[in-house]
Amino acid sequence: MEPAATPVVPCDEMYTADGQVRAPYSVYSDWLIREPEEALRQKRAEADSLFHRVGITFAVYGEQDGNERLIPFDIVPRILSAGEWRQLAAGLRQRVQALNAFIADIYHGQDILRAGVLSPEQIFCNNQYRPEMQGLDVPGGIYAHIAGIDVVRAGQGEFYVLEDNLRVPSGVSYMLEDRKMMMRLFPELFALNRVAPVEHYPDRLLENLASVAPTGVAAPVVVVLTPGAHNSAYFEHAFLAQQMGVELVEGQDLFVRGGFVYMRTTQGPQRVDVIYRRIDDDFLDPLVFRSDSALGVPGLMSAYRAGRVTIANAIGTGIADDKSIYPCVPDMVRFYLGEEPLLANVPTRVLRKPDDLAYTLAHLDELVVKEVHGAGGYGMLIGPTASQAEREDFRLRILAAPEKYIAQPTLALSTCPTFVEQGVAPRHIDLRPFVLSGKEITIVPGGLTRVALRAGSLVVNSSQGGGTKDTWVLED
Amino acid sequence: MLSRTADHVYWLGRYAERAENLARTLDVQYRLSLLPRKSTSEGVGWGLTLSTLSFADAYGARFGDNHEAHRVIDFLAFDRENPSSILNCLRAARENARAVRGSISSEMWETFNATWLEARGNAPNRFSARNVAEFIEWVKYRAHLARGVVLGSMLRDEGYHFMQMGTFLERADGVARLLRIRLACEAADNTGEPVTHDYLPWTVLLRALSAYEIFRRVSRDRVTPMHVVEFAAFRPDVPRSLLRSADLVFDNLAAVANTRSGETQRRAGVLHAMLRFGTLDTLGAGGAEAFLQDVITRVGDLNDRIGRDFLGHVVPT
Repeated sequence: MEPAATPVVPCDEMYTADGQVRAPYSVYSDWLIREPEEALRQKRAEADSLFHRVGITFAVYGEQDGNERLIPFDIVPRILSAGEWRQLAAGLRQRVQALNAFIADIYHGQDILRAGVLSPEQIFCNNQYRPEMQGLDVPGGIYAHIAGIDVVRAGQGEFYVLEDNLRVPSGVSYMLEDRKMMMRLFPELFALNRVAPVEHYPDRLLENLASVAPTGVAAPVVVVLTPGAHNSAYFEHAFLAQQMGVELVEGQDLFVRGGFVYMRTTQGPQRVDVIYRRIDDDFLDPLVFRSDSALGVPGLMSAYRAGRVTIANAIGTGIADDKSIYPCVPDMVRFYLGEEPLLANVPTRVLRKPDDLAYTLAHLDELVVKEVHGAGGYGMLIGPTASQAEREDFRLRILAAPEKYIAQPTLALSTCPTFVEQGVAPRHIDLRPFVLSGKEITIVPGGLTRVALRAGSLVVNSSQGGGTKDTWVLED
Repeated sequence: MLSRTADHVYWLGRYAERAENLARTLDVQYRLSLLPRKSTSEGVGWGLTLSTLSFADAYGARFGDNHEAHRVIDFLAFDRENPSSILNCLRAARENARAVRGSISSEMWETFNATWLEARGNAPNRFSARNVAEFIEWVKYRAHLARGVVLGSMLRDEGYHFMQMGTFLERADGVARLLRIRLACEAADNTGEPVTHDYLPWTVLLRALSAYEIFRRVSRDRVTPMHVVEFAAFRPDVPRSLLRSADLVFDNLAAVANTRSGETQRRAGVLHAMLRFGTLDTLGAGGAEAFLQDVITRVGDLNDRIGRDFLGHVVPT
């Protein structure tokens, strides 16, 4: 599994290697050429002030006085053709189906372990495995009701899955707000292009959550559970609750009595049937998980085990999105669905294997090395751009605990024209589509495109200077 | 509705109204300081303002008995260490709105957010003690805007009723205190000699309540202290009168009544009846000052009881 030869120039979403505009961008490109830079600059300033006023921000820990920051928004959209999207959506659907089947299997019969596709220690020695979930049936056998699958394009433009996010994936509010902003700033572009709508995501999300309510509940009460206004993603929690028309609750608003979950209201207790939680497993129930958690609900796990409440995503989904499990996802697709994977993984070396470890140490200057449990772009070595000292430092860390690391070739992520200080210039991007699984699988056409605003940077995370773009899927 | 949500919208209403009331109170004292005065020194007026608003200790601990106008104005309007300065009230309103931004309309959230961002962005340059008149105007303007947004965009659900309760309890408290400050200044002016009443301060007060033209239209009385007190306390049709506030507290409380709130409703009814059927002749032995203090005490009691009955507060007995 040697990486595909890395082209010197990464592929660009808008232009082919010989400078031709790709089909999905043709209308946009004609418009962009005629648009003076000054007008673009004004639109960007307008977007910034609107985002501030509307309070589309992420809170920064330790900052007071409402100093929430904006995630930089880029006014150049990322555009996919209907055909590209169909191919991608089919792959996402297949992948999430297999991942849900895998989680259900792990917490029940463990066929995949008996078949030898994965080794037992990969599961039982993983701190994302939740023994509390063993043997527990969840409605519809669905665990990851909301999945955010990070996809990149490399080489000649092939899609690769970089990461599966099956715990509390965030970012969908930016997908929706970016679209709203684009329609406000550039209405004429939507008249010129047939852009598939995304606005119905909250309706789909609510339907999806209601479809996995405990059996026998006719009109399920759905709530969004947030750690509170100081959480960095609070805007999104409030936004989704508002758009779905459901209560946004904190742990202190819920309690368990007689095996059921209730929220405290001005008219007394009210039953809760489905909890879309945006806090991690560890903090959900201080009686079962971290006892110092003030964010959770004592007794929640017992109500959950009794089937009186649905928690979305289910507890224990982390076992399927861990970086050490990621290399096995194509095998899961084959094992559970009997199909060949439609979406490729990035070739990954697992450093607990001696061969992979030896290769990686010999090629540190070519590879990206990631911590298995790292997130947010932290704990990562990008070999080609790291200094000699950084590589040496990482070598020691890997040697101390090789099982904590994986290595991947440095992908030449595709670039997309982006409006930066110097004007329109190519920047690396990724894409996080959101896959909803309930009675059926739903994917709103598009997703969150993240862009690394620094020239040459491959890190798109908002905590590291990344921005976002509106993502267009054109209709046929 | 979630108790915590109701708590936040209630305090959103209170803090927004408090900012406006403080601006109006400041308006009176500031305008008076521009008038050619006869007896009371300006410092006494500011001192009485601080004590009637229950700020005397917090202020005294930092500035002693230095009651220079710019210092007091800065403390009341802009001081970041005074939790009830106008600036901090605007911030608290915004923080409460942010905590329930999913339960109020987007327009409401944006309005309270924009007000705070603009206040923060302009203090201390454009907004400062030297420019307090402009700031007062701006606060009133933003309050008018917010009121319109609430009326025009908020669902008439429990949240609305809790916000209204917060607003009108705070208004009753603020207006009662404003009248008390004036009466206290009047008493300080009284040297024992018979004086013709200075009508000017009461005219200023009526203007600060946006009620001078109304007074002229509905009352044939001269502007005297007791006529203004009667007008501001007992008129059912004056937007900032005590009776109108008590009326709205009673109605909004009735709209959210639960199995625990009977006694609270009764007490809201008592406050309402006191003002609905009160006259200058029934003020009681303590006169207007004691009557206003009684109103303030009853408002505080209703606040505590609403917290206990609906908002999940534990009130020490």
